[in-house]
Amino acid sequence: MRTYLHSVDSDWFNQRLVGVFVTVLAIFILLAVRLIYLQVIQGKELRRLSEINSIRLQDIDAPRGIISDRNGHILVDNRPAFNLYIILKDAKPLDHTLTKLAGLLAEPVEALRTTIQSSRKKGAYAPILLKEDISRDTLAAVEVHKFELPGVQVHVTSRRHYLYEGHAAHVLGYLGEISSDELQCPPFEDCKGGDYVGKFGIEKAFETALRGKRGGQQVEVNARGQVVRVLETVDAQRGQDIVLTIDQSLQSRAEELLAGQAGSAVAIDPQSGQVLVMASSPAFNANNFVKGLSRDQWNELISNPLRPLENKAIQAEYPPASTYKIVTTIAGLEEGAIDAQSSYFCPGYLSYGNRAYRCWKKGGHGEVHVVRALTESCDVFYYQVGIAVGVDGLAKYAKALGLGAPTGISLDRESKGLIPTSEWKLRRFGVPWQGGETLSVAIGQGFNLVTPLQMAVLAAAVGSGGVRYKPYLVQSARSADGQVVFEQKPEVVANTHFRPETLALTYKGMWGVVNDPRGTAYLMRIKDVPFSGKTGTAQVVSRPKDGEVVDPQSLPKDHAWFVAFAPSVNPTIAVAVMIEHGEHGSSAAAPVAREIIRLHLHLPEDNTTKIIDQKTRERIGGLTEPAAPPTEAGEEE
Amino acid sequence: MIDRRLVEYFDWWMLSLTVIIAGIGLVVVYSAVTASADSHLAGLFSRQLIWYAAGMVLMIASFVVNYKVFERWGHLVYLFSILLLVAVIFFGKYVGGSKRWLVLGPFSVQPSEMVKLAVIIMLAKYYSRIVRTEGIRLREMIAPVVITIIPFGLIVRQPDLGTAGLVALIAASMTLYIKIERRTLIGLFTTGALSIPAVWVFLKGYQKQRILTFLNPERDPLGAGYHIIQSKIAIGSGMITGKGFLKGSQNTLEFLPEQHTDFIFSVLAEEWGFVGTIFTLMVFLLIVIWGLQIAQRSRDPFGTILAVGITSMIGLQVAINIGMVMGLMPVVGVTLPFISYGGSSVITMMIGVGLLLNVSMRRFMFEK
Repeated sequence: MRTYLHSVDSDWFNQRLVGVFVTVLAIFILLAVRLIYLQVIQGKELRRLSEINSIRLQDIDAPRGIISDRNGHILVDNRPAFNLYIILKDAKPLDHTLTKLAGLLAEPVEALRTTIQSSRKKGAYAPILLKEDISRDTLAAVEVHKFELPGVQVHVTSRRHYLYEGHAAHVLGYLGEISSDELQCPPFEDCKGGDYVGKFGIEKAFETALRGKRGGQQVEVNARGQVVRVLETVDAQRGQDIVLTIDQSLQSRAEELLAGQAGSAVAIDPQSGQVLVMASSPAFNANNFVKGLSRDQWNELISNPLRPLENKAIQAEYPPASTYKIVTTIAGLEEGAIDAQSSYFCPGYLSYGNRAYRCWKKGGHGEVHVVRALTESCDVFYYQVGIAVGVDGLAKYAKALGLGAPTGISLDRESKGLIPTSEWKLRRFGVPWQGGETLSVAIGQGFNLVTPLQMAVLAAAVGSGGVRYKPYLVQSARSADGQVVFEQKPEVVANTHFRPETLALTYKGMWGVVNDPRGTAYLMRIKDVPFSGKTGTAQVVSRPKDGEVVDPQSLPKDHAWFVAFAPSVNPTIAVAVMIEHGEHGSSAAAPVAREIIRLHLHLPEDNTTKIIDQKTRERIGGLTEPAAPPTEAGEEE
Repeated sequence: MIDRRLVEYFDWWMLSLTVIIAGIGLVVVYSAVTASADSHLAGLFSRQLIWYAAGMVLMIASFVVNYKVFERWGHLVYLFSILLLVAVIFFGKYVGGSKRWLVLGPFSVQPSEMVKLAVIIMLAKYYSRIVRTEGIRLREMIAPVVITIIPFGLIVRQPDLGTAGLVALIAASMTLYIKIERRTLIGLFTTGALSIPAVWVFLKGYQKQRILTFLNPERDPLGAGYHIIQSKIAIGSGMITGKGFLKGSQNTLEFLPEQHTDFIFSVLAEEWGFVGTIFTLMVFLLIVIWGLQIAQRSRDPFGTILAVGITSMIGLQVAINIGMVMGLMPVVGVTLPFISYGGSSVITMMIGVGLLLNVSMRRFMFEK
């Protein structure tokens, strides 16, 4: 065997073990002494403490941050709510206490018993929630009879309060009880089961900032469960306050005008991307979510054909219809397919392949150049531009203006829309692109899908000379001590670098839509302050073939679009309005946009305003809205 | 052929002590998981039985093979356990704010438990080659530091400060045992003492808070501080004879956190009183002394150092865990060997005992 013991032998090792042995003995003696101290010397006292188990923990909830609009108007805050608890161990005799309590709450004793039974497994020391959010009168009664109600406790918590029911509901969002999946996630580390957290809208997107940090108290209670001494306190940290970019006055006016219909309105500042209005109709009352919705309430919300829970401004996708002609105009001019002088003759249809593609104006527009084509929304002119530029050429400009991709707004579930290309169709359907489909796409029908927010961004980008900002809803977040912890700066997503002539002609055409007597929204003009826009009417089902007789009443009405920026030069607001089944862009959607613009520019009310209000009242009065069938785009406008 | 002497030299004492402590462990785990009102603990007792069965098989496996095989292939064992720790980063399960678990079908394991054995084997292998009466030099300490710091860093990252600290403590005990050159030792202590304030300056505010709370649980009255108060009440309320099997109120009413793992000793103390705790403490002491006895009787440096390493692992965990629940130590996630519920802990300890038995029964091979 190898002699491995050059310099160390087992005696040396053993001698080293003596030190180890001494250390071990010392540690074990220390542990034994501590055991004697706790179990023998202090045993009696600690046994007593264990019997009444008087040291308990109480939570101190952190108030959620407050949400206000751009001008400091508070939209969401917290109000105190009083919850009634019972601790079984202390509530003796239980029957007597419950009977007394039932009287004060005006509830049957049996109901209270059932509540207790269902949470009995929590143990005798755990407070059981008997009734949430009791009224001030009940609270007073309970406080007065405090000594006849052993083990009954009232805890005050703060409850989310949405000041204006249904106002900006889809932007603000709502709270819901934390799910078990969420509880597993790192961002919810300091949450407990039963907590309410943001489930939708800003409440969800800024959950971590709004929530704050829970504190607590170590307290000693007496045999009746009442706190006799606070041993330790860890203060709760209030959540951060959030300032939105929303303008409350514009927002509520937009909501008023949308009331009773399915639709949405978005307004943004073209110089920054700040969202001034994001209204979606119908809305919901977020206060109901805080209480916990009943099954019926929930079913009503999810089965309502007008989809109140959906934020139509960012989640709903529609064919852009004629508003897309802005894109086609820019594509044609930038690609050199048309210029200011080029014109096409519109006889009311265009023969392509072996069929005729109609213009919305049966008699035709005659000889049209680009500005008139945009002003009067001539389909035939845009069929020709579409043929010249091709589907991929159109898609290039649509994408440059932000269509076909999420805008990146900080809200959940944003749809990205769809801008078709020939490659996309081959991949999706395995069939090559057909020339006729380009004609549909050129006038915003066919496969095209956009969200109202995307259209507002597009209007803003065009209005601001081709600079596209990322839209955003939150300006800043402030910590409880007033320090700004987050500030959103305007962010340029793309600078399109369109040629000045292109923009000049597009502006001229869009100015004409509102201000030229032949324009499709001429009735909407505002005296003194010209603004520019484009109407659109998206077909829900194919138009009947010639000769086919269909009762027009039985068909779902078309969707109405209006996009605009105001004033025409150096715009300070860009708007997109979509009214589902509103029939005509000029009559249903444009008035809403016009009102937002008028209010934003602080212009006086006029006759049109009164007419709008009259119409709104009638609509709300006799609401009969058909269910929305799946959207199927038609061939022509 | 099996050498007859293997049977003759078999360490029945060590095995008996293990059976006794495992028995105590099963009884207490039974109280902790069944008497408690917490329904999700039900069923853990039968799992613990399965773990012990698996531990028994692995224990036998680790004494049947000559331990010199572990010396020879120690680096592979080490590499494998480091790989497991790395796997935790990518595939680990996130539980209660840290990522420590690997999920394997119906069971999850904690590779940081197994890595302790790997570090012990690796260090024993290295030290058995360089050990000399003057003690090891600074230059020779580079390898052990690397061996320790890799798993240490990976475990801190999880984060599991308790287990990481334990790995470092085991390594330090083994190193002190084989002796460090006096000059080097003094140098190390001085640098260590001097670097603490330097490191402190570089730490961020919340990191300082975390360390202060770790050292002094009273700073966290809603978490560790509260747990320690309840644990002390539980232990003390057991008094001399205890409240009786399944009758601990702190346990059944769930005033104890983690009553089946980290705070299991409080359950034992509450139900069995001073009689139970001092008996258990004595059994632990005997196991440690017997482990040192095995080290002393081995004539092979690797065997000796391995036995010291494993014994220090058991002893340190006992001291830290019991010290913690009695409020003498920071609150760390260190299990009580053989008693705490948990597969990784049980299996690590059983393999450790297997290795001790292995060293013990093969001591004749080196006798002259």
